[in-house]
Amino acid sequence: MRAARTTVALAAVLMASALPASTQDNSFAQVERGRYAVATGNCQGCHTASGEQPFSGGRPLGTPFGTIYTPNITFEPETGLGQWSKDDFWDAMHLGIARDGSRLYPAFPYPHFTRMPREEVDAIYDYLSTLPPVKKEKPENELPFPLDWRVLLAGWNLMFFDPGVYRPDPAKSDEWNRGAYLVEGPGHCAGCHSEKNLLGADKESSHLMGGNLENWSAPDIRGGKNGGLEDWSEDQIVEFLKTGRNEHTAAFSIMAEVIELSTQKMTDEDLAAIAVYLKDLDGDEPDPPERPDDAVLAAGEAIYRDSCNACHRTNGSGVPRFFAPLRGSGKVNNPDATTVIRAILEGARSVPTATHPTPLTMPAFDWKLTDEEIAAVASYVRASWGNTAPPVSAGDVADLRERLKQDSP
Amino acid sequence: MSRKLPPVDVVLVGFGWTGAIMAQELTDEGLNVLALERGAWRDTATDFPPTVAPDELRWYWRREMFQDNARDTLTFRNDRSQTALPMRRWGSFLPGEGVGGSGVHWNGQTWRFLPSDFLAESHNIQRYGQLPEGLTVQDYGVTYDELERHYDRFEKLCGIGGKAGNLNGELQAGGNPFEGRRSSEYPNPPMHMTFSQKQFAKAAQELGLNPFPGPSANMSQAYVNPLGCQLAPCSYCGFCEKFGCGNYSKATSLTTILPVLMKKANFSLKTHNEVLNITLDKSGRRATGVRHVDSQGIEYEQPAELVIVCAYALWSTRLLMLSGIGEIYNPATGEGLVGKNYCYQVMSGADVFYEDKYTNEFVGAGALGMAVDEYNGDNFDHSGLGFIGGGYIANWTTNARPIETHRTPEGTPSWGSDWKKAVADNFLTSTGVGAHGASMAHANNYLDLDPTYTDAYGRPLMRMTYDFTANDLAMSAYLTDRVREIAERMGGREIKVKPRQGPYDSMPYQTTHNTGGTIMGTNPTNSVVNRYLQSWDVPNVFVMGAGVFPQNAGYNPTGTVAALAYWSAEAIRNRYLRSPGPLVQA
Repeated sequence: MRAARTTVALAAVLMASALPASTQDNSFAQVERGRYAVATGNCQGCHTASGEQPFSGGRPLGTPFGTIYTPNITFEPETGLGQWSKDDFWDAMHLGIARDGSRLYPAFPYPHFTRMPREEVDAIYDYLSTLPPVKKEKPENELPFPLDWRVLLAGWNLMFFDPGVYRPDPAKSDEWNRGAYLVEGPGHCAGCHSEKNLLGADKESSHLMGGNLENWSAPDIRGGKNGGLEDWSEDQIVEFLKTGRNEHTAAFSIMAEVIELSTQKMTDEDLAAIAVYLKDLDGDEPDPPERPDDAVLAAGEAIYRDSCNACHRTNGSGVPRFFAPLRGSGKVNNPDATTVIRAILEGARSVPTATHPTPLTMPAFDWKLTDEEIAAVASYVRASWGNTAPPVSAGDVADLRERLKQDSP
Repeated sequence: MSRKLPPVDVVLVGFGWTGAIMAQELTDEGLNVLALERGAWRDTATDFPPTVAPDELRWYWRREMFQDNARDTLTFRNDRSQTALPMRRWGSFLPGEGVGGSGVHWNGQTWRFLPSDFLAESHNIQRYGQLPEGLTVQDYGVTYDELERHYDRFEKLCGIGGKAGNLNGELQAGGNPFEGRRSSEYPNPPMHMTFSQKQFAKAAQELGLNPFPGPSANMSQAYVNPLGCQLAPCSYCGFCEKFGCGNYSKATSLTTILPVLMKKANFSLKTHNEVLNITLDKSGRRATGVRHVDSQGIEYEQPAELVIVCAYALWSTRLLMLSGIGEIYNPATGEGLVGKNYCYQVMSGADVFYEDKYTNEFVGAGALGMAVDEYNGDNFDHSGLGFIGGGYIANWTTNARPIETHRTPEGTPSWGSDWKKAVADNFLTSTGVGAHGASMAHANNYLDLDPTYTDAYGRPLMRMTYDFTANDLAMSAYLTDRVREIAERMGGREIKVKPRQGPYDSMPYQTTHNTGGTIMGTNPTNSVVNRYLQSWDVPNVFVMGAGVFPQNAGYNPTGTVAALAYWSAEAIRNRYLRSPGPLVQA
C-alpha cells in the first residue's frame, strides 16, 4: 500500500518534470491549494466516468439538447491536457475557449468558473498536472445539427455570459463574500439548482430556486424568507454539506456525489460561509397549496402505512440522519415532483461519507406499486404533516418511468 | 494444477462475524488481509430490502437464506451403531452462507457466559466432587475477566440494548444479578416490552426470581457505533431469525463493520471462492496458505503468512480434518482431538394461552424478551440433582409468522378443521416460555469424516454423531419444571408444556448453536487450539467460532464467539506479530 503510494508520487514527479519547467509550480502548498480548489469545483464528479480512472473524463451529461461527454483532464499529452499551457487552461476556465480556439459548451460551467481568480485557476492546473496521466479518448458528443456547430456559442455567450472574476460586495461581510464566491463561482450550485431558459442558460429570475436535470429535480436552496432552506439553520447547512445528513434530510443521487467528492472535503469555515450566503437569499411568495382529492389521500395514506411507515414514521418525521424526514423536506415540497417520484420508483441511497459510512438505502418500488399507487402515496406525502406541494398524477409517474427507461444506458 | 496467486499477510477462510472482526482488527494493524467466502456478496439494500425481507416462504421455508446443501452438507446419526445419512434439507439448525454468514439471519440475543461457564470442569469438581459419568467437560483456558473488555467492545459495536445487573461488582436493580462483573452499562436501553413480557416478569417476581430484559442486537433506538456505522430503530416486524433485516435494525457484520472495512485499501474479499484445504509445508508445522476454487472450478493457491479459519463451527472443524491439521477424534480409543466435544443446545418450553387478552406476537423482534437466570450454569445448587449445567428461562416474542407459528392447546388434532380453528382462535392470544439449556460434552458426541458421502468437490462430508446425554435430559427436565411454574402464573386460561425428549431429532428446528470440534483448552493434550485460539499443531493457523467451545453454556453463543475473536485478535496484534510462533508454550 505504502509502496503503491510512493509509485504514484514518483510517477507524478517524473511526469511533471517532463513538462516545460517554467509553467510548473509543484510546491506542496501550491498543489494542495489546487487540490482544494478542485474539491470546491467538484471537477472529479463530471470528469470521471463510472468505474474509470478519476479525471479521465468520458462521463455523459444529459442535457435537453443532447448528450455531451466530458473530456479527459489528466495531463496525458494526446487525449488529455498534456499539451495545454497555463494560459490555455485559463482561457478555458475564464472564457470558455479551448486550446484550439473552439468554444466550449456551457455544460462545462465556465460561466461560473469565470469568477475564479487567475491564481486559483493556476493552482488547479498545477494540481491536475500531478495526477497520473490516463490515455483515454473522449466519445463524440451526441448533439443534433446545428447545435454541434460550436460557432453558435459565440452568440450564446453574447446573450448569457458575463466573464470576470468575482467582485466582492463591500456592503457584505468577508464571510458572506467568501460564500457567494464559492456558491456562484467554483461550486456552480446554480448548475443544478436553477431553472434553465430555452437556450440552457440559468434563469436569473429564479436563481437557486430549484432546477431539473437528468430526470432529477434539484430543490430550492435559498435560505431566507420563503426559500427552500428557510427552516435550516446555518449549522444544519454546514452539517449537510460536511456529512451528507442533517436533521432535515439526507443526500442522494447527484448531491450525494457532490458531497462525497467536494463539500465533505471543504473546511468548516468555507461551509459556514456558504451557509451565511444562502441564508441571506430570500425566496418568492409560494403559490397557495393545492389539495389532492380525499379519495387519493385515503389511498395514499394506506399505501404509506403499508410500505413507508417503518422508516419514515407515521408522522413523516423519519429518523433524522438515518431515514430522511418527509415532513418539511425540501425535496418533498419541491413543486417539481420528479425527485419524489423517482425516489419511489428507483429507491435512493444516502451518500456514505467519512462521518456516516453507512449507505442507508431505500428500496425500489417500481416493481411493486402501480403508477396510480405511486401517484397516490406521493400526493399524500406532499400534502401531509404541513407539506404543501401539489399532487402527482398517474400520468406524471408513467412519463417519468418512460423517460428513465429511454435514458438508461 | 492450481494457479499460484501473489501472497497476502492474512487469509481469512469465511466472512461472517468473526471474519469481519478479524479483518477490521488486522487491517487496522496495517496488514494486507484477504477474505475468501464461498457464498455470495450480500447487503441490505440489494439482498433483503424491506420490500422483500419479510418473505417467510422464500427465506425460511424454501431455505434461501441458508447454506446450499445440494453442494455440501453433513451426514447425521444418533450413535455409532447407526449409519449416518446426508441431511438433504436443513432442519434442527440452519447454517448460513455468504457475506455475513449465519450472523445475517440470527435473532440477536447477545449474551455473556457466566464466569463459572469458563471453568466448567474445575468449578464443578471443586463444588460437587466429580463430573457425571461420561462427560468430557473442560475449562476454556480463558476466564470471564480476561474476556470482559472484549464482550464490552462487541456490545458497543452492535448497540446491544439491555440492563446491567452487575456494574463493576455493584448489583443493579432490574438487571441480571448473576452475570459477571461488567465494566459498563449496555450501550442502548432495553427494547420496548409487550404484554407477554410483562406477564412473564410478574410471574417470575411472584416466584422470587429476578427477571431482566434480554440483551438485544435489535435496536431499541437509533444508534451510531464506534466505527460510525448507523443502526436504525427496530420496527418490531418479527422477521429476525431466519431473515435478513431490511431496516438496518439488527447488528450484523454488514451493518456494523463492512461500511468501514470494505473501503480499506489493504482489505480484499473474494466471494464464490471455497477453500478446499489449508496447505502445509513439508514439516506439517507451518501453513503456507490455502487452496481454493472459484465458481468456474478454477483452483488457486493463495500463499499467506497467517491463516485464520472463520467458517461456521462445523466447517472449521472439517477444514482442519481435510487439511491434516491435528488428529481426528476416535471415540473407540479416546485418541485424537479434532471433532471432539461436539455440543448443541437443549431447548424446552411451555405455551401459554389467554382467553381475552391479546399477545399480538406479530409485534416481535428476535431479542425482544424478559429472562431469568436463577437456573443457569451453576447459579443454583446442583447437589443431589444428578446433572451439571442449566439454562436461562425467557419469554421471547420473536415473531408470529403465519406459516411457522401456530400454537394450539393440549388435545388439538395436528391437522384438519379443528386444528385450523384452534390456530385461528389462539393466534393473537398466546405466548411461550422457553428454557435455553446448556449442552455438556460427552465422549460419544463428536464429528468426523463420513466414509461414504462426498461434497461437490469429492471431499468427504462431515459426519455428526450426536444424541442428548443423560446429564442434559435430566437438566432439561429440571428446567422444564421451572418453566411450568412460571407459565402457570402468567394469567392464562391454560398452558401446554413442551419437554425435550430424546433421541435428538435432526429435523425439527431447535437452534443454530453447534459448538465444539476445534475445542480450546489449557494444553495440547486436551485441545485443538490454545487460549488464544491458535492451533497447537500449526501456530500460524488460528480458528475462530463456537467450534472452540469445549462445551456449550446455557446461552446463545454469538456474544462469546465475538469476544473470543477480539481476544484472539488482540493477542495476534500485540504478541504474535512481534514474534510469530506459539503464544502458549506446550
